Amino acid sequence: MHVLSGLVAGLLFGLGLGLGGMTDPRNVLGFLDFAGDWNPSLLWVMGGGVGVFAALFPAIRRRSGPLFAPAFDLPAMRRIDRELLAGSAIFGVGWGLLGLCPGPAIVNALVGGWKVLLFLAAMAAGMGFHALWQRRRLGEDAPCEHLGPDA
Amino acid sequence: MDGILLPLVGGVTIGLASSFLLLATGKIAGISGIFAGTFLPGGGAERTWRAAFLAGLVTSGLLLALWMPGALGEGLEAPPALVAAAGVMVGFGSRLGCGCTSGHGICGIGRLSPRSLAATATFMTTAILTVFVVRHVLGGL
Repeated sequence: MHVLSGLVAGLLFGLGLGLGGMTDPRNVLGFLDFAGDWNPSLLWVMGGGVGVFAALFPAIRRRSGPLFAPAFDLPAMRRIDRELLAGSAIFGVGWGLLGLCPGPAIVNALVGGWKVLLFLAAMAAGMGFHALWQRRRLGEDAPCEHLGPDA
Repeated sequence: MDGILLPLVGGVTIGLASSFLLLATGKIAGISGIFAGTFLPGGGAERTWRAAFLAGLVTSGLLLALWMPGALGEGLEAPPALVAAAGVMVGFGSRLGCGCTSGHGICGIGRLSPRSLAATATFMTTAILTVFVVRHVLGGL
């Protein structure tokens, strides 16, 4: 059931990205370009996504647990640290260069041409580099891996 | 109206997908984390649902290519070196920052996480600055 749920959620998520136009990097860049011909569609996509999740999250969270797992697994960290801000800043530069973030890139994996595969390979390399660097620096995995059943 | 309705429907669909994943598996739909957990070592038993989620995303791309091909744009025009550099930054940054546009931007803000609000404000700002520099200072790449 875990696997089927993952598949359905991924399929639905990707269709949502496509319906909202987020699988076309031109729409994303058009949103980020305030000095040009501004395209607000990302705002509506984010508004719709955040609105629905915010509306349903409390009710789901009130359950004793998820349907097919023993407990909820939510990020436990609370502190806004340097890593969070530096990582997000770097992510934003990469996102702004092409208008491509991980979700839309994966949706485009088989239909977006070879450069999308190059992007995904480079993304995996960046993640692998981070894991190695983090282990050398801290002797452990990234702090955000330390998720756990939220008490 | 088209300019609002479809993006809103898309966003609602994304919100439903994220809510469904939470309800069914107890997990947050953070795509950079799901991708890293599938391809990097140490995924363990978590790897199967993550791989299934990614398979669902890839399948949605095939369906979109059939049903609404216009939604997929016209491919990337940037030179390969720039594509690779952007990919490395997106990969490294999303791990260091513990999330990307989905995990922070949708789920994190949706559950009012201060970390996700800070992360989203940060990557929106640097992305907007990047687009400004590329398009209006350098005149495009």
